[in-house]
Amino acid sequence: MAVDSKTVQKVALLAKLKVDDDKVEATKDEFNKILKWIEQLDEVETQGVEPLVSVNEEHLVCREDKVTDGNIKDEILANAPESEFGYFAVPKVVE
Amino acid sequence: MTDLTDLTIAEALSAMKSKKISAEELTKAYIKKTEEGRKYNAYVLETPEVALQAAKVADENYAKGTERALEGIPMGIKDLFCTKGIRTTACSHIIDNFVPQYESTVTQNLLNAGVGFLGKLNMDEFAMGGSNETSYFGPVINPWSKDVDLVPGGSSGGSAAAVAAKMCAAATGTDTGGSIRQPAAFCGITGIKPTYGRCSRYGIMAFASSLDQAGPMAKDVKDCALLLNVMAGHDEKDSTSSRKDVPDFTKVLGQDVKGLKIGIPQEYRPQGLNKEIEQAWDKAIAMLKERGAEIVDISLPHTKYALPVYYIIAPAEASSNLARYDGVRFGERVDGAHLDDLYINTRTQGFGKEVKRRIMVGTYVLSAGYYDAYYVKAQKVRRLIQNDFKNAFEKCDVILTPTSPTEAFPIGDKTMVENPINMYLNDVFTVSVNLAGLPALSLPIGLSAKGLPLGMQLIGKAFDEETVFKTAYALEQDAAFKRI
Repeated sequence: MAVDSKTVQKVALLAKLKVDDDKVEATKDEFNKILKWIEQLDEVETQGVEPLVSVNEEHLVCREDKVTDGNIKDEILANAPESEFGYFAVPKVVE
Repeated sequence: MTDLTDLTIAEALSAMKSKKISAEELTKAYIKKTEEGRKYNAYVLETPEVALQAAKVADENYAKGTERALEGIPMGIKDLFCTKGIRTTACSHIIDNFVPQYESTVTQNLLNAGVGFLGKLNMDEFAMGGSNETSYFGPVINPWSKDVDLVPGGSSGGSAAAVAAKMCAAATGTDTGGSIRQPAAFCGITGIKPTYGRCSRYGIMAFASSLDQAGPMAKDVKDCALLLNVMAGHDEKDSTSSRKDVPDFTKVLGQDVKGLKIGIPQEYRPQGLNKEIEQAWDKAIAMLKERGAEIVDISLPHTKYALPVYYIIAPAEASSNLARYDGVRFGERVDGAHLDDLYINTRTQGFGKEVKRRIMVGTYVLSAGYYDAYYVKAQKVRRLIQNDFKNAFEKCDVILTPTSPTEAFPIGDKTMVENPINMYLNDVFTVSVNLAGLPALSLPIGLSAKGLPLGMQLIGKAFDEETVFKTAYALEQDAAFKRI
């Protein structure tokens, strides 16, 4: 399944990335090269094969639902590019 | 006096215990090497004061006789591990001002054992790369380079180079598709990717969560065993970390390999395999045979599909994991008129080319209409790859292969730069192991005609690092590889 320039821009938007107009063609070609390469998987017969999501064979154990930490507002905000009144600050969202 | 940085961890621990040397002397020797080796660009942050403070505590503990398992050992830490109060960047511009407020479990385990941190080590951006050339802080030079500057491998390139150049006693690495083993092979050191779940992933910046695993990179097999003893173990903060007991991995070193069944996968010997790599492999086979091990031909029929599976699953998981870098809670922010512009500007300027490439591929294979064709298909073939290993391990105890199809290549190599797939192909012998979640170790077996290290890989059954260590130790004795 080869992608076109429109798809490249759509995927970029979904990933919150911008591909400059003069780079779209090159990105598309590279993308298709990679897709063509991974599509060799079509040769493999996988009917009835259960997808392997995780190699972890141990049962996940439910932990007790209790607070184990907290009151660390300053630590949480320590790396924020911008914070105000103890919150992360971003440009206005609602007009 | 001999150079203290020549000592292995085992030797240094014994010398400190018997008061022949102090932790401070050892640490200062490594700090000096770190300064002398700046040309390699292995460290992205040096923290000599942190290491010296740890050495002071270590010497007090030795004086009191209360020393811990790795008391006074100075290590370098891959810059993917969050270290409390010490800048951690994943070698990406998008997070290059990040100072973690917490410690990763693996590094905390090392601190609890008495290790001191010399600094943070260079790597491919977010561990995406096989040559350390995608780092925002520039490439690392392989200390084995002669006329031309060679890559150290990747993604744990800074770790491998620092250990090889004796700029730390050992280093941490992470391995998603070969990122511990391939650089270990390129730099003539030893590194092990443990079974998925052996080490907690808490506090390690996530690349592909179902594949990522931390492990030690060190001068020899014994040092790796000593380190893994400390690094491994269940952690409440990572639900995928195993509850299985962690054995003392050093106990098996020196045990007989007679009668051990060594699997040799025919698929790892394709037409056109580098002759020197093939000869090194045959040499290793002969060494184990000489020791009475039984050589068994095995087949891993889905090997050729491991890379395409990996390059669907890893980017898919990465595209999801890297969604958190949006310029809001941490990291760089590039402003925009609206929130969406802020996200787009931040991410477009913050991520490097290879990372963006993988986020895009990952986003595409997970997008509506393609999810089944790519992602689910890859997960199914991943099952077949795991089954290959399960079947193989009914016939053998451990598998021996080369670590990489090439020796270290030059920085800026055209065939790699022009076509990303050529770079991806370098992981051909290592990725299957991550997909199946198995433990695998790389150790140096000899030198190529150009005088560059060649690595051998030993793959074990899940949670059977012991057989891997035992076999590696035997090979190490016979190979008698000379470190720099």
